[in-house]
Amino acid sequence: MKTLAELKAIREKMQNQVSLRSEDHTQTRVVVGMATCGIASGARPVLVTLSDLVQKKGLTDKIAVVQTGCIGLCQYEPIVEVVEPGKEKVTYIKMTAEKAAEVVERHLVGGHVVEKYTLASADLK
Amino acid sequence: MMPEISLNILDVAENSTRAGAKLVEITVAADVKADTLTVIIGDDGCGMSAEMVRRVVDPFFTTRSTRKVGLGVPFLKFAAEATGGSFSITSTEGVGTTVTAVFGLTHIDRMPLGDISETIRLLVVYHPESDFRYTYRYNDASFVLDTREMREILGDVPFSAPEVSDYIKEFLIENKQETDNGAEY
Repeated sequence: MKTLAELKAIREKMQNQVSLRSEDHTQTRVVVGMATCGIASGARPVLVTLSDLVQKKGLTDKIAVVQTGCIGLCQYEPIVEVVEPGKEKVTYIKMTAEKAAEVVERHLVGGHVVEKYTLASADLK
Repeated sequence: MMPEISLNILDVAENSTRAGAKLVEITVAADVKADTLTVIIGDDGCGMSAEMVRRVVDPFFTTRSTRKVGLGVPFLKFAAEATGGSFSITSTEGVGTTVTAVFGLTHIDRMPLGDISETIRLLVVYHPESDFRYTYRYNDASFVLDTREMREILGDVPFSAPEVSDYIKEFLIENKQETDNGAEY
């Protein structure tokens, strides 16, 4: 069994290098809808992909991946909103883990909105 | 419907955190002899009135203003009852709520447990304002993850720190493997 002893070692190692990453106004917020509608349509792997990639690429100082409830567009779930300071919010709809990885690469890292996945470009009926 | 029981757990536990729970206790227990898979989610959140408890199992009831249906609890209820199991919800205003679902372990209509370890990690990492006590049991073996114990060790290091989040994931996966010997169900 894995024990808490290892956690103590992690704590000791990190003691001096932890900068408080409280959310601030210069951070980009990536918001994932995690109500019943989001979860049922596949939000969990989307959230996991986003948080793992942001972590892996060392972007946690600049980007906060957070979750929220239902925003009322259940038919478009899983929904991911990207809120960059000083820019208009971008709403990505019907996300998957693969699309999320693309958004990290092209939008969060590259700075270009992936238009084809956005609510704005969806064929609204 | 949800494709996995663990997603139902995620959904119901999300409600616990939104009810302001300081502690959410989640138990997943498989008992091969009794042929049951029991899921219990208990919280010390704001609780519900007797009237509301009666209505949350109704798919056409929700407290939300964003939509007119509330499927979370009915999904879990129907999923459990469809396997010859049972479902109950008890709640007291100001005290908390406990949801219990028992599934027939080998019933053909039972959905798989799914990625329970990832579900628990997400709950812990994304809800630093709540504590979680997760008990996983397979027959006579079990393990517990209690975020209160972890918090005591970590001090001001958050669960969302990459090293800690990874540790929690490994803790859950390894200890589950040792508890159930990799049983898939």
